[in-house]
Amino acid sequence: MSATLKQPFGAAFFDRHRCASHRAKLTTLIALVPALTLFAAFWLLPFSRLLLMGAEADRSSGVSAYLTLLTHRQYLISLATTVTLSLAVSVAAVAIAGFAGFFLARHRFAGQSLLVAILTFPLAFPGVVVGFLVIMLGGRQGALAQTSLWLFGERWVFAYSLFGLFIGYLYFSIPRVITTVMAACDNLDQSLEEAARSLGASHWRVMRDVIIPGIAPALLSTGAICFATSMGAFGTAFTLGTRLPILPLNIYGEFTNYANFAMAAALSVVLGLITWAALALARKLASNALGASV
Amino acid sequence: MSQSSSITLTQCSRTFAGGHVALKPLDLHVEAGETLVLLGPSGCGKTTTLRIISGLERPDPGGRVHFGERDVTALPIEKRDVGMVFQNYALFPNMNVADNITYGLRIQKLSRAEIDRRLAEVLEMVDLKGYAERSIAALSGGQKQRVALARAIAVRPRVLLFDEPLAALDAKLRDRLRLEIGALLRELGITAVYVTHDQDEAMALGDRIAVMQAGRIAQLGTPREIYHQPANAFVADFIGAVNRLEVQTQAADGTFCVPGGTLRAPHLAKAATLYCRPEDIQVVPIEKAQLKGRIIESVFLGQAQQLAVDTGNDTTLSVRVSSRREWPAGSEIGLMIPEQALFQPTAPGARAHG
Ligand SMILES: Nc1ncnc2c1ncn2[C@@H]1O[C@H](COP(=O)(O)OP(=O)(O)O)[C@@H](O)[C@H]1O
Ligand SMILES: [Mg+2]
Repeated sequence: MSATLKQPFGAAFFDRHRCASHRAKLTTLIALVPALTLFAAFWLLPFSRLLLMGAEADRSSGVSAYLTLLTHRQYLISLATTVTLSLAVSVAAVAIAGFAGFFLARHRFAGQSLLVAILTFPLAFPGVVVGFLVIMLGGRQGALAQTSLWLFGERWVFAYSLFGLFIGYLYFSIPRVITTVMAACDNLDQSLEEAARSLGASHWRVMRDVIIPGIAPALLSTGAICFATSMGAFGTAFTLGTRLPILPLNIYGEFTNYANFAMAAALSVVLGLITWAALALARKLASNALGASV
Repeated sequence: MSQSSSITLTQCSRTFAGGHVALKPLDLHVEAGETLVLLGPSGCGKTTTLRIISGLERPDPGGRVHFGERDVTALPIEKRDVGMVFQNYALFPNMNVADNITYGLRIQKLSRAEIDRRLAEVLEMVDLKGYAERSIAALSGGQKQRVALARAIAVRPRVLLFDEPLAALDAKLRDRLRLEIGALLRELGITAVYVTHDQDEAMALGDRIAVMQAGRIAQLGTPREIYHQPANAFVADFIGAVNRLEVQTQAADGTFCVPGGTLRAPHLAKAATLYCRPEDIQVVPIEKAQLKGRIIESVFLGQAQQLAVDTGNDTTLSVRVSSRREWPAGSEIGLMIPEQALFQPTAPGARAHG
């Protein structure tokens, strides 16, 4: 008897409850409308347009720009160069700044905060200025050229080459890695190092077995960000030489010089995909390393 | 197997940057094979003392640390042959249980066979057989601390150092692991220094206890000495609960007039204050009582009942009685304190040195 009475009541309650949750969902949807509109207007629409445009016929080859990109040496070399350069910059920046950051995090000395401030200063410069600085260093009238002219009677110039780019990219990558590594070192559990040392570990072993695994997630993610930044860096490259085989310069060239929109779009899509994949991979690796450590 | 060695600190003080004196010049000797507990409130210098022994911290110039006959003052921790167990376990998260435990053995470049033998041996000791391949993240707090213990003893150190190893565990687990650590220390016969702020832990584990107060040792002695003959009011208060009775007048025959009645304690010298433990006060019929008072609070604890008895003159005595009977607040009660249960700090005001 009581059960039959309870049944409809329970059902009604459940119904009302479901109604409420429906309404909540609706409210959420309405609240999301502005965000979704923005997303569609500024991301989805241009990006799908870009994707489609890349499939259109390339101006010189006459076939789909994606296909042209994958079959023409010039573009493939550009692609490989950009990826290699960015990888080299990331690895070098992580190695150099990793040590520097660890040292800065672990030692206190006079003038330290000033040094950190100076080291992180390049973060404030746009790419053009970084390019300009590289020219001051390795250009035809640069510091290196002046010195080598005085010492050996010839001008040593590297600013307008891939090496110049490498130096420029390194210049704005290092500060980012240093700050990340310093923060990661501060967060390391000091007692792990002490435990390792109590078991007889030398400084190098502590570094290898405790510190590097401990900051690995930070190194990976900051390395990936360096890679992504270097892949897309334009200002520095544009300042140093527009004929360097670098994807961002190719995109600019196809777009403005040749009005080859299809190829510009295809190159953009490829550049974006590679960068996005690198970031996603780093996130995954970092979260795995983190998962193992908790 | 490396021999367990004695530890001697001579005039070890520690002043941190900014002039903060964490440790006043301290002398301390720990016998080979002995377990010494450093007990005291937070900030009194226990960890600093332990770190000076371990080599993680150097004493101020002039202080010396000896392991046995050997002066190790200048040796860094990695050359001192010490095992350490930390409050937060400090296990290597990127290694599994076996790799954690054998870390020190691999550094010593022992043979694979010897490493496996020792691993099996210590896993057995800490009751973690079958856990060798587990990842650290898959262990409970108690298991983690047992892995840390196994890692420290696997290298057969000359001394074992513990810094509040049980503080992060819940009460039940703490009691169990305390028993296990005690049994293990006795079985190994290793010199151990054990830092804690928990008096039960100190009593249960220490062959001797050094009670520390503000950067110095307030008293060094066996748990029994510390409890029954505390050197000063600080030690008496820190170790267990203590009652104070202000002496109003004192007769030559050893009778002391205190609030609520008179007590006999011929063995005590002239005293301004008498001390006694709550569990030593007996309840007697009012007509036979030495002290009379009124129960102002009565707390049932299960295994006992805790009474607060007002004996007048702002004196409240804490008394532990059987919980079988009811002791309603407001009723009159008669108390008796056996002579030998009354004490005075052995060195009032003075600080004992080890
Ligand atoms: N590295 C340090 N720098 C400055 N002061 C410290 C440092 N380590 C400890 N102290 C201070 O020294 C005192 C004793 O600390 P510690 O030995 O850790 O105490 P305990 O372990 O008994 O809680 C505390 O006042 C603490 O703040
Ligand atoms: Mg401490």
